[in-house]
Amino acid sequence: MAGDALLEVEHLTMRFGGLTAVDDLSFVARRGEITALIGPNGAGKTTVFNCLTGFYKPTVGRITMHHETGDTFLLERMPDFQIPREAKVARTFQNIRLFGGMTVLENLMVAQHNPLMRASGFTFGGVLGIGGYRAAEREAVELAEYWLDKAGLMARADDAAGDLPYGDQRRLEIARAMCTGPKLLCLDEPAAGLNPRESEELNRLLLFIRKERDVGILLIEHDMSVVMGISDHIVVLDYGAKIADGTPEQIRNDPKVIAAYLGVEDEEVEEVEHEIEETAAAAGGEGTA
Amino acid sequence: MASAASPASARRPAKLAADLGVTALLSLAIFGTMVGLRTETIPGGLELQPQWTSALALAAVAVVGRLVLHLTVWSRPEGAPPLLPMGVRARVEQAATGTGKVFGPALLVFALLLPFLPFTDRYILDLSILVLTYVMLGWGLNIVVGLAGLLDLGYVAFYAVGAYSYALLAMHFGWSFWLCLPLAGILAAFWGIILGFPVLRLRGDYLAIVTLAFGEIIRIVLLNWYWFTGGPDGISGIPRPSFFGIPFDRGEGGFADTFGLDFSSMHRIIFLYFLILALALLTNFVTMRLRRLPIGRAWEALREDEIACRSLGLNTTSVKLTAFATGAMFGGFAGAFFATRQGFISPESFTFIESALILAIVVLGGMGSQIGVVIASVALIGGFEVFREAEDFRMLIFGVAMVLIMIWRPRGLIATREPSIFLREKKSVSGALVAQGEGH
Repeated sequence: MAGDALLEVEHLTMRFGGLTAVDDLSFVARRGEITALIGPNGAGKTTVFNCLTGFYKPTVGRITMHHETGDTFLLERMPDFQIPREAKVARTFQNIRLFGGMTVLENLMVAQHNPLMRASGFTFGGVLGIGGYRAAEREAVELAEYWLDKAGLMARADDAAGDLPYGDQRRLEIARAMCTGPKLLCLDEPAAGLNPRESEELNRLLLFIRKERDVGILLIEHDMSVVMGISDHIVVLDYGAKIADGTPEQIRNDPKVIAAYLGVEDEEVEEVEHEIEETAAAAGGEGTA
Repeated sequence: MASAASPASARRPAKLAADLGVTALLSLAIFGTMVGLRTETIPGGLELQPQWTSALALAAVAVVGRLVLHLTVWSRPEGAPPLLPMGVRARVEQAATGTGKVFGPALLVFALLLPFLPFTDRYILDLSILVLTYVMLGWGLNIVVGLAGLLDLGYVAFYAVGAYSYALLAMHFGWSFWLCLPLAGILAAFWGIILGFPVLRLRGDYLAIVTLAFGEIIRIVLLNWYWFTGGPDGISGIPRPSFFGIPFDRGEGGFADTFGLDFSSMHRIIFLYFLILALALLTNFVTMRLRRLPIGRAWEALREDEIACRSLGLNTTSVKLTAFATGAMFGGFAGAFFATRQGFISPESFTFIESALILAIVVLGGMGSQIGVVIASVALIGGFEVFREAEDFRMLIFGVAMVLIMIWRPRGLIATREPSIFLREKKSVSGALVAQGEGH
């Protein structure tokens, strides 16, 4: 059901030698919601993602995935490739990682490797042409077509992924992640390098995923038009620690967040807070007038 | 050299003379030491024997060659049409990829008819068997290097495992070729997995070095495990192939007798030819089939981006191990064939140069391209034979030819990649987009 806790991160800490990249971070991402993870450069956002998706093993902490069936998965204990397979967490990368020499359709077929592998009788049946591989492949192509359509890439299905323009590559990476059938989609800066029109297309795709598929989205993003426009819930990191957690409205007015982004000294935070209140009051006054 | 970079200025006589002078000095310095001085064994030690004329002749060739280049290629005005018009080049590219559909089947028909063509003699058939063995090895290695993108410099180890498996099983237990063939493949695949485990975590050059070492380990074990493998003496008297139990003998019960033919020693050669042709085609068929199955796509995805594979739930450990095992299995089949054809094997047949040759076939043909491997095998192995008379210069000619081909087509003869599945229209993927994987 929408609104249930989907991903629970508790006391997540990640240290690299003497550097604490993530410090005692706890937050919850809910089913059917878009949770944004924001923060200045180097705040530890991508490290959190790498912990969630098994690329790093956290130093301390627990990461729990709750499926609607009641199954729970402790992600910090699973090898990386089992996280998408069993716990149904898919991710995209900050620097796009497509299979550039393979076609768009092939990229989406690789994403469905595990069900297809079972259907091909772990290759033996497939080589001999026995078993239900053909039917399974047709279904996989249908799922791929569905996501191609949603991502607006139908016309490019047979082109090499490396040949696509940047914005298309971003959406293809999301479509590929969706083809794994995830319950939680982790997107690492999906709007980076997109022009306003491409950003708009991306927003539409993300809202569609949330609305239609009952999938939770966890988003790292710098582009505030995306973050404020589509997220239901925002977690703000600075120097690896959580400094704020709430709705876009709350975050927008949080003095600590503004201070972190503008880079003011701690003593000046109150000053900034005061300024915001004044501006908000002025804006409110205009609104009622 | 600076003058080569700015050809236009070298046309002026002073610069040209300076350039030729530098060339002369450099070539004299190189050839003077390498060719001009020769050590001869004399009683009590070595003696230096000058051979200045040869050194001068070589230096003169270098100078004249450079002069000719200056007067022709390098003196062409900027913007002059290239020597090979782009149209021709594009057409060659097209022909190389477009005719693949016709070329493959035509080649297959030719291969099937070859033993019965009028000009075919024993020599041609023996050579064809050799070429087909390398085609099969190339196809096998293509799975590991071309599809999965894992550079394997020790592929000959699996060839050796297959050959020794067949030889030992057939000699000690008297099992038939058809029983030993799958066993040789399974044993080679097993060793492929053994190699796969230590290199799972390795990337780039380290992967290549460990596979190279693995190939050497196998060869050295074969060389030193005297009571089991016969060491440097090898294994001789390996059972020759029979036609499904009917030996190729003269007289009663032999192949010729059973089928009412006149006895000819060619029967066995023709049988061997069809045997390796069938094995090679099996390799090709299975590879083509695997490419369209999830495992084949996973291999190619692994070549493209391993981290993305893991993020999509692919167990890269098993993807890598299956690639090594499948490639090794076909190497093992080829090894078993080699043993039964030769009747004698020794570690000398499985040196690093064999691995290098098979890899050269894959790289020259275009990594991942099946038809490219065929063309490269015919060119390399056939070429070796054609230049057999030029004994001393054979390697030199081949080195130069390889360099030239690699300059002309850096990604091999067939550089484009055919997609394994398409929705509406099959479009070849340009080689420039295809990643090369680890260790290249």
